[in-house]
Amino acid sequence: MNLPVFYERREIVTPGDLLAEDDYVAGDNTYKKDGKIYATRVGLVGYENRKVFVVALKSFYVPYVGDLVIGKVVEVGLGSWLIDISAPYPALLRAADAINRPFKPQRDDLPSILDVGDLVMAKIVAYDRTRAPLLTIREPELGKVKRGQIVKITPTKIPRVIGRQGSMISMLKRETNCQIIVGQNGVILVSGKSPKDEQLVVMAIHRIKEEAHTSGLTDRITQMVKSEKGSVESA
Amino acid sequence: MKVPKKKPKKLIDEKDVRLDGRGLNELRPIKIEIGVLDNADGSAYIEQGKNKILAGVYGPKEAHPKHLSIPDRARLRCRYHMAPFSVDERKSPVPSRRERELSKVIRQALEPAVFVEYYPRTSIDIFIEILQADGGTRCAAITVASLALADAGIPMRSLVAACAAGKIDGRLVLDLMDTEDKEGEADVPLAWMPNSNAITLLQMDGSLTIEEFEQAVNMAMEGCKKIHELQKETLKAKYVAVKEEVEE
Repeated sequence: MNLPVFYERREIVTPGDLLAEDDYVAGDNTYKKDGKIYATRVGLVGYENRKVFVVALKSFYVPYVGDLVIGKVVEVGLGSWLIDISAPYPALLRAADAINRPFKPQRDDLPSILDVGDLVMAKIVAYDRTRAPLLTIREPELGKVKRGQIVKITPTKIPRVIGRQGSMISMLKRETNCQIIVGQNGVILVSGKSPKDEQLVVMAIHRIKEEAHTSGLTDRITQMVKSEKGSVESA
Repeated sequence: MKVPKKKPKKLIDEKDVRLDGRGLNELRPIKIEIGVLDNADGSAYIEQGKNKILAGVYGPKEAHPKHLSIPDRARLRCRYHMAPFSVDERKSPVPSRRERELSKVIRQALEPAVFVEYYPRTSIDIFIEILQADGGTRCAAITVASLALADAGIPMRSLVAACAAGKIDGRLVLDLMDTEDKEGEADVPLAWMPNSNAITLLQMDGSLTIEEFEQAVNMAMEGCKKIHELQKETLKAKYVAVKEEVEE
């Protein structure tokens, strides 16, 4: 099978660039018109069997059921909270979900559980684009974020932070002894024993953000973290 | 280069050279930067000759006020605004009739390129600020706003390039600057989407014969093609530079 392809793998493309013709299938961030596949975002092209896709270099989060997200409470309602999950739509967290029993306005005081400005770790349980996405915190590790630092990156770069089979994130955890929780919406929570450790992870994530489209990233980040750690310890 | 304020006798000299030293079919020098504003979701800056234009994009985000949201697609909003210091004599910062109209035509020139149906009930806001104006700002604004949209990660069918052609001293020329626009006979701004070969903006002021009009449109399209190449190049440049630096 020798079908026309116009770019090499991992080459940078811009919206409207012609990626492939005829028998290919349009994957992420592409569209098909008159048998031709074009890119819709700035990103790196990929070809997988007959599928053509673009890994976007910048995008925003679109909710997906089952995703772990970290958001900020923006409004306390009568029986629910509105949470900004850096998506086009604000998400809803029901009061009954947070208090393990039916919600009674005369008994339960919502701001004392979660107030405006609090950070929440939650999972998306329902989303269909016609209503606001619905969140839950009814799992052991979910709920209000009490300590740590927040780093934001564009959601399409999350796979780079995690690395192949978690290679990047496990290296960062091992080298810095920090707990790192990655929200699929591009918000990352870093909590460690000392602010210095956390700072190191934040630096590493910023570097990943800058160089997400290059190869040999894990090696460079490992090197950076090790040398930075060395300089901190000797100082 | 200093262009005389008074009406010059001739806009084109004997050697087919225009007031600013350009040939008849030559664009002004263009410089574009991407991602210049930290707080906007996407942004871009263009200098086309003496035009200096900044564009910022926010969204898609929840539409406010809520009654403005459209059930089946995103609302694209656009504001074209000239800074008080962008022209010779101070311009009132209140949006004029002309600015409102341009906001509308720019929005309509960009809307066919954006997949608005992907994000129902949201709004996408484009802010275009003219810092310095020297003719052809609506075209440069469309060029730069489409780059800001791409920088914001908003899915698009294609970039939109825009360019004007017109008639001065009885000759057809590309990319008119302010004096040529004011003293010349006609001006045809045009916005173009490359891969569907669609024209998304076409206006004219002044008078042209039908043949001249057709020629002017073709000329402007050629200009758009050059600008589109430049748009693609600048969008990639930022990432290519990082890649080359770290991979050596």
